[in-house]
Amino acid sequence: MSSGPALVSILRQGSYLVASVHTALDDTEMVRFQHDLIEQIGAHRARGVIIDVAALDVVDSFASRTLADIAEMARLRGALTVVVGIRPEVAFTMVRLGMRAGALPTALDLEEGLAFLDAQVGPARPPAAPGLRPR
Amino acid sequence: MREDNRSDDARTDEPGHADRDQIKLLPQLVAHLREHRTKLRQEWAVRIQDAHLLLAMTAQEISAETTSVYDNYVEVLETGSVGALQHYARDLSERIIPRGVETHEVVGIVLLLRDVLARSLFEKYQGDFPLLNRVLDAYEPAANRIANTVAVSFVDERERVIRQQQDAIRELSTPVLPVRERLLILPIIGVLDSDRAKQLTEQLLAGIRTHRAKVVVIDITGAPDVDETVANHLVQTVDASRLMGASVIITGLSPKIAQTLVTIGVDLSKMNTIGDLQGGLEEAERLLGYAAPPENGATPS
Repeated sequence: MSSGPALVSILRQGSYLVASVHTALDDTEMVRFQHDLIEQIGAHRARGVIIDVAALDVVDSFASRTLADIAEMARLRGALTVVVGIRPEVAFTMVRLGMRAGALPTALDLEEGLAFLDAQVGPARPPAAPGLRPR
Repeated sequence: MREDNRSDDARTDEPGHADRDQIKLLPQLVAHLREHRTKLRQEWAVRIQDAHLLLAMTAQEISAETTSVYDNYVEVLETGSVGALQHYARDLSERIIPRGVETHEVVGIVLLLRDVLARSLFEKYQGDFPLLNRVLDAYEPAANRIANTVAVSFVDERERVIRQQQDAIRELSTPVLPVRERLLILPIIGVLDSDRAKQLTEQLLAGIRTHRAKVVVIDITGAPDVDETVANHLVQTVDASRLMGASVIITGLSPKIAQTLVTIGVDLSKMNTIGDLQGGLEEAERLLGYAAPPENGATPS
């Protein structure tokens, strides 16, 4: 990750990536997060991405749109994205700001997000050396 | 004789020393009002009847209340402390508000008392206009302060009652009920205004989080009507719930509400609506992966 202090940690969990946003991100940081995450999907050959925003008490319209963008970009790179941990007041604000449910898969928390991905992309495949995998 | 002396005393005072005047005159007034207590009180009671006030109360109750109001009134004139009156007015309001006594009646009777007493003062001092003026100077501010205090206490008490009731209604109005693991029901009963809709959203979203709900059934069978603001708010609530990972089923849309929603053009295409609560629960169980209960009521898988 090219960011200095850990505003976002991107961890690998099986064939999924778990990105935890620790603090409110400004627009520049948001874009950098998007860039890092999309890059890492390829690097880890991730099939699913979980973005955990439980630490955020504000998600503005730019952040909402970026999250939706990330989901779409990740899809193009072959990974399904789910945003988890949206707080009640944040959820309502996002809707107020014009976010329509359906633009972005969401789940209650990390556990639910994992269950959602398992259901959608199948259970995690056994880890294998990348070179051995038939293409 | 004594009275003449006192009038003389008062007259020899420098005009403009209103404070000293009041100090001297008020005890005089109070003595006068105490002396003629029975007569003035009766006069007042007659005028209350003539004005058709306090119809909700019986004659005995009126008599009891007016006696104590009269005594308190005179006492406040004497001591100048409105604290005791405030306390009394609050008690009085607590007693009479449940009986349906209106604000205008309370203000009316206090003003009538003020007038009755003022008349009696006119009568007493009619021979001496400068003195009458000073007497009224002393009497009027005190009397107005009393009228003010009583009215304010009454309104305060009423507002307190209203607030209390609002709180009670608010607590009752939007229960979030967990029926099964991960399934919430939100029955909405009564008029849904924007305040209540906002509160409903808060409670629902908080409920989704605490109960880790996956499916929410909002049953609006008991809601008589919705307007555009509330409908849009409902749509937003559904969207927000989905952002928190719960899907919402709306049940019990009355024909009237259905027509309203379509007529005002609220976009409900993404809303999952089902006719009645029973159907909603079946759908919810299907979403949660329980077996749809057939006629014999099989156990959930």
